[in-house]
Amino acid sequence: MSSAVEAPMIEFAAVSKRYGNAPLVLESIDLRVFKGEFVTLIGPSGCGKSTVLKLISGLTPPSGGTVRIDGMLPKNARETVSYIFQDATLLPWRTVRQNVGLGLELEGVSKDRREQKSAALLELVGLGEVAKAYPRQLSGGMKMRVSIARALATNPRVLLMDEPFAALDEMARDRLNEELLRLRAEQKWTAVFVTHSVAEAVFLSTRIVVLAPNPGRVCAVVPVELPPTRTAELRSTPAFDVLVARVSRTLREALTS
Amino acid sequence: MKKRAIVLANALGVSAALLVLWQLVVWIFKVPPYMLPPPLAVEKAVRLKLPLLLNAFEITAEEATGGLALSVIVGVGIALIFAQLRWVRRTLYPWTLVLQTVPIVAIAPLILMWFGAGTPSVTLIAFIISLAPIIANTTQGLISVDQNLVHLFLIHNASPAQIVFKLRLPHSVPALFVGIRIASGIAVIGAITGELYAGSSRVGQGGLGYSILYASSQLQTDLLFALVLAATVLGFGFLFLVMFLEWYFLHNWHESARAPDAE
Repeated sequence: MSSAVEAPMIEFAAVSKRYGNAPLVLESIDLRVFKGEFVTLIGPSGCGKSTVLKLISGLTPPSGGTVRIDGMLPKNARETVSYIFQDATLLPWRTVRQNVGLGLELEGVSKDRREQKSAALLELVGLGEVAKAYPRQLSGGMKMRVSIARALATNPRVLLMDEPFAALDEMARDRLNEELLRLRAEQKWTAVFVTHSVAEAVFLSTRIVVLAPNPGRVCAVVPVELPPTRTAELRSTPAFDVLVARVSRTLREALTS
Repeated sequence: MKKRAIVLANALGVSAALLVLWQLVVWIFKVPPYMLPPPLAVEKAVRLKLPLLLNAFEITAEEATGGLALSVIVGVGIALIFAQLRWVRRTLYPWTLVLQTVPIVAIAPLILMWFGAGTPSVTLIAFIISLAPIIANTTQGLISVDQNLVHLFLIHNASPAQIVFKLRLPHSVPALFVGIRIASGIAVIGAITGELYAGSSRVGQGGLGYSILYASSQLQTDLLFALVLAATVLGFGFLFLVMFLEWYFLHNWHESARAPDAE
């Protein structure tokens, strides 16, 4: 997959990060994510998972090393990137449709175009009927779908997700995992996903990066050799269990190393 | 619904009983009317002096409204500056506390001296006294935005103006309304207090505060009571108006403005 001629979509070269005078959060991270990959970062708290996403989106600069997104500095590559947070982070004073159109609005897209695009995306995430509702009328899972629709509205080539389903119950989480893969098959974005859940990581990813804490560093990379089209049944196959067990073991080692 | 009717009936019943008691006390103990006029006398005063009352009510209402409107405009402006420039906030925020604690009766004579008697001075006093809660609440609303929302805006290359007008300002509206609710009561008090000093540029004609002073100097205690009643109505009216606006602007999306459905 990572042929020598193909340039990586995301490239970390010897990246370190510290905030102010605090101890290092990340130490010499080397990471390449290629077009179409779904890479999950997993690791105990304090291993700097979220910081990696902040570096990719240019919200904070690296203290050492370089970060490149499609060959550009993260700050200049923002148009290609969308970010989904742990909370749905919807604007409560806007209707669902206005929330989905937020990114487009900030980027100066005309109102007609915005409404068209928002309506299409709400259909895509199965929320066509609640376009005119306000966020407080929605369940946690529905809010998260709106958040996903908003992130996809700007046609990102890179989608960053920081524990987006952590606050949901397991049923809602599984369902959204499946939907996320369906959307990815249609839209072919590159994903960097952060989670605490090993099963979720295995189900979604093409590759899992296990981070160790204090300071955060790459401790192992586990390729997920499962079929590219995945359905709910995959979770009850032996191959899935084997991978979950392997990642869990690596994760335990990361904690004790 | 039924519960509410019972509460209302109770409140009305107690009020009626108090009025009857008041009337009886005046009759039985033969209290002179200049000390304590009975409710029926107050009612008569309201009827006879209605033009005066309405005129005073209107003047004070205008001053309080003007002062409040001014403090909303200026207060939100100051809060925006405070929210954007941290060093300005650090330096000047304590002065809003000064604004809040300075006794209005102490500065009213100064205002009168500088700007003369009449409506503009009273409006200015209502403005000064109602400004602090607007600044404090709006500033808090503007700076308490979820950091992730700011990040979201930055990732979509939002300009600083977009962050203020599409994120911080709408986020601060519920807090602004808390400020306005507090300020509305204070603005009415400010206007009436102001009138005690800077009441009127025309003899015999002025707002509620001026008329209260006039009635007490004439020992027209029944009129005094009628004026107190009018002032109370004005304060309530103001509060209800603000609460209605709050409901109107927030009921779609904000918890605080939702109609209680379970009660």
